[in-house]
Amino acid sequence: MKNITSKDEAFQARIDAGEKIEPKDWMPEKYRKTHIRQISQHAHSEIVGMLPEGNWITRTPTLRRKVGLLAKVQDEAGHGLYLYSAAETLGISRDELFHQLHTGKAKYSSIFNYPTMTWADIGAIGWLVDGAAIINQVMLTRTSFGPYARAMVRICKEESFHQRQGYEIMLTLCEGTPEQKAMAQDALNRWWWPSLMMFGPRDEESPNTEQSVKWKIKRKTNDELRQQFVDITVPQAKVLGITIPDPDLKWNEERQHYDFGEIDWDEFWQVVKGNGPCNKERLQARNDAWNNGAWVRNAARAHAEKRAAQAEVSEAG
Amino acid sequence: MKGNPIWEVFIRSKNGLEHRHVGSLHAEDAKMAMENARDVYTRRQEGVSIWVVESKNITASNPSENGEMFDPAKDKAYRHPTFYDLPDELEHI
Ligand SMILES: [Fe+2]
Ligand SMILES: [Fe+2]
Repeated sequence: MKNITSKDEAFQARIDAGEKIEPKDWMPEKYRKTHIRQISQHAHSEIVGMLPEGNWITRTPTLRRKVGLLAKVQDEAGHGLYLYSAAETLGISRDELFHQLHTGKAKYSSIFNYPTMTWADIGAIGWLVDGAAIINQVMLTRTSFGPYARAMVRICKEESFHQRQGYEIMLTLCEGTPEQKAMAQDALNRWWWPSLMMFGPRDEESPNTEQSVKWKIKRKTNDELRQQFVDITVPQAKVLGITIPDPDLKWNEERQHYDFGEIDWDEFWQVVKGNGPCNKERLQARNDAWNNGAWVRNAARAHAEKRAAQAEVSEAG
Repeated sequence: MKGNPIWEVFIRSKNGLEHRHVGSLHAEDAKMAMENARDVYTRRQEGVSIWVVESKNITASNPSENGEMFDPAKDKAYRHPTFYDLPDELEHI
């Protein structure tokens, strides 16, 4: 028992000294499990996150918008792949990770359970949803687990284009006809609060935060990140000339931050529990993609076997 | 699932630099691993050369043996230039 404690202490000392933890290093079981859960949830979010935007790829207003959106959605697939491979370094298989997603056992970011009803939603997602993700992910580039931190560096390099393409969509709409501007406002109205929810429950409702901060999995709390997002985003809405749907939003001179209204936590927990507008649809779409893709996986296997057999024959000859 | 092994991906970002490990992926064989690596890791011209190696073919040192492995080099300061005492006025050495 004493021995175990001292191993834990030595591990904490490494973290405190700012050392990175690599996959083959000794680590507490809880550190491993927490990372598998967090990295895989993050990976699932990237993958499911392709669905709401994928919905508009065939209906973009211009070719310029189409290549941009297509490249963004393709990046999100890449992000999912970087993260799945980071999770696998901790000893869980890709098949198990997919299984957890497809059976609904694994969670992913609740934001992707909201529908994309108009073209303006694609602008709002890039601006707000990727914007919120960037704040979280920039923090995670300094997380203590090496493979996760490295995946985050790669991802952050790609994210800023995502947010800029979204903001440009919003800007174009806001400079357009009154109807187009109203569309942008409507999208902001629907995406603002869910975007704030992306940072998770309030600190006092988030029991894992303390351990996560101690292990440097998180370097800032949910509420700190949420405040940072609000402070950055309010001036961006002003440039667009649209209004954030929060009557309590105002600059607090003393705090040097924006005060903002209370999030509807009932809605948050409802969506987390599976009762959001699109939870069922998203899970179904992932299952369909997996099942309908079986022939591709089988064909790849058959092709590899055929190629290996041909190589053997030509070597023998 | 049987098969579909993990491959480690190494990329040379430009000629003159070494290949660097960038991550891993799954593929049925080396050729498909190469194609996947191109799509997953070089969407923005991140490289001019790719290596893929099936993960099981890598032999890694064990971090719990880092003491025996790396400590012997610790007390050999004489392998470094500053170990040798030379007069300050001496130049180009
Ligand atoms: Fe992403
Ligand atoms: Fe993104």
